[in-house]
Amino acid sequence: MSVTDTSLFKGAPLPKPPPVQRFFGSTLVSVALYLGIIGVIVWGSFTGAQNMGYNWQWYRVPQYLYSFTDDGFQAGELLIGLAATIQLSLTAFVLACLLGLLVALLRLSGLVIGSAVAVGFLEFIRNIPLLVLLYLFYYVLGPIFGFDRYTASILTLAVFHSALISEILRAGILAVDRGQWEAAKSIGMSPGQTYRYIILPQSVRFMLPPMTGEVVHLIKSSAIVSVIAVAELTTFGRNIISDTYMSFEIWFTVAMVYMAVTLILSVGVSYLERRYAVDQ
Amino acid sequence: MTDATPIIEATNLDKFYGTFHALKDVSLSVHPGQKLVICGPSGSGKSTLIRCFNGLEWHNSGRLVIDGTEVHEHAKEIRALRQEVGMVFQQFNLFPHLTVLENLTIGPMKVRKISRAQAEETARKYLDRVHIPEQADKYPAQLSGGQQQRVAIARSLCMETRIMLFDEPTSALDPEMINEVLDVMVELAETGMTMVVVTHEMGFARKVADTMVFMEDGQIVEVSPPETFFTNPESERCRLFLDQILEH
Repeated sequence: MSVTDTSLFKGAPLPKPPPVQRFFGSTLVSVALYLGIIGVIVWGSFTGAQNMGYNWQWYRVPQYLYSFTDDGFQAGELLIGLAATIQLSLTAFVLACLLGLLVALLRLSGLVIGSAVAVGFLEFIRNIPLLVLLYLFYYVLGPIFGFDRYTASILTLAVFHSALISEILRAGILAVDRGQWEAAKSIGMSPGQTYRYIILPQSVRFMLPPMTGEVVHLIKSSAIVSVIAVAELTTFGRNIISDTYMSFEIWFTVAMVYMAVTLILSVGVSYLERRYAVDQ
Repeated sequence: MTDATPIIEATNLDKFYGTFHALKDVSLSVHPGQKLVICGPSGSGKSTLIRCFNGLEWHNSGRLVIDGTEVHEHAKEIRALRQEVGMVFQQFNLFPHLTVLENLTIGPMKVRKISRAQAEETARKYLDRVHIPEQADKYPAQLSGGQQQRVAIARSLCMETRIMLFDEPTSALDPEMINEVLDVMVELAETGMTMVVVTHEMGFARKVADTMVFMEDGQIVEVSPPETFFTNPESERCRLFLDQILEH
């Protein structure tokens, strides 16, 4: 509620902020500045492309997203690629969560061997680049254990992200008040029951925001599997470009598709978070 | 009024936190039906002692026998024993993601493997006992501190425990809510429950306790019936302590 009729107040009005602060603080100026900066960037790239004689062919892009034939709606190559990316990311995420939970519990187990294994795994994964890990899985472990490029990329993503996810899980578990452990113990619960019924349900609240970030990160890093030619969004984009030479339009479109997916995800989860907050 | 065999028997317990000597040669026995009130200045080891009684802390040496079974850090029986010994905490420690009713039924259902219907029936009986049957479907955060502590008492009762430990149950409460919790505890005492209570509420102690224990510096300084304890304590330190807290 805002009160505009200051004559109702008996006290003297507070001094106004200085004019410069008022100017930059106003919504109108902010929006104008924002549009101005975006405009300069867009204009800059277009004139730059124009100067190098680039032939923009945006009208040819939609067919790679979707088309309508006699049979109705047809998904284009980019949407098929997107579906593959989502499938790949989702499978990898589920595996990463299971592996991450195992690593987190090992680390929290209090057993020397448990935390040694967990810390060794974490340091190993965290200190090699994702691309090198992918090559390890595809060129070294793949031939040894006989799995194909699709399995290699799922395992790479799962292992890489399980290290980060285990830290999120561990932090979430530790964020639950120690009294909850004691209360669960005092009604005779086993450690397993305490995790399942008391600790993990409460840590979801702490884990949700960083976990969303992790899923977004995973979807983005899944693009790297295009270097071993696994069929997904980035690979399909590359294939289209080698057929059509429309590199600017296609890369812009691919970027937008990734952005749309991750933004929808973030907004969806922040809605969930607000729902969750009510119950607490 | 007490049986011959104690339900809790501690003999020469010692407990260290690092180099800090928290319990020094503590011996104490509690008989079935007894109401023991432990008081003493903060840091005197009162909480540590009763936390040892249900395995939240472990003594480093000495013997602790509960309900005929010797317990120590590596005893397998401790989970079974915890089901016999209930604990009410200073900070309530209710499960915030569960409703009041779920807080009361989760222990019986998951630990004692009782059916949901039966667990809920028991839960409602004990919610009645602590005078808040109407709050069953609320979440702990929607209740006042006094109501939360009464739910915590009911949660312990639902496990049908034989001994109840109270670790400063009213210390975290606003003054106007202390009595509603103490009233429930007095009623509980009248049912014959064995109770060990760490508290500074001397009015409650006078009304309920049959034995008063005074601790200082990890040692038991005085054990006596309330009549002698409040009027003519043996030790000088106990007398000083009582003077300080009863002054106002």
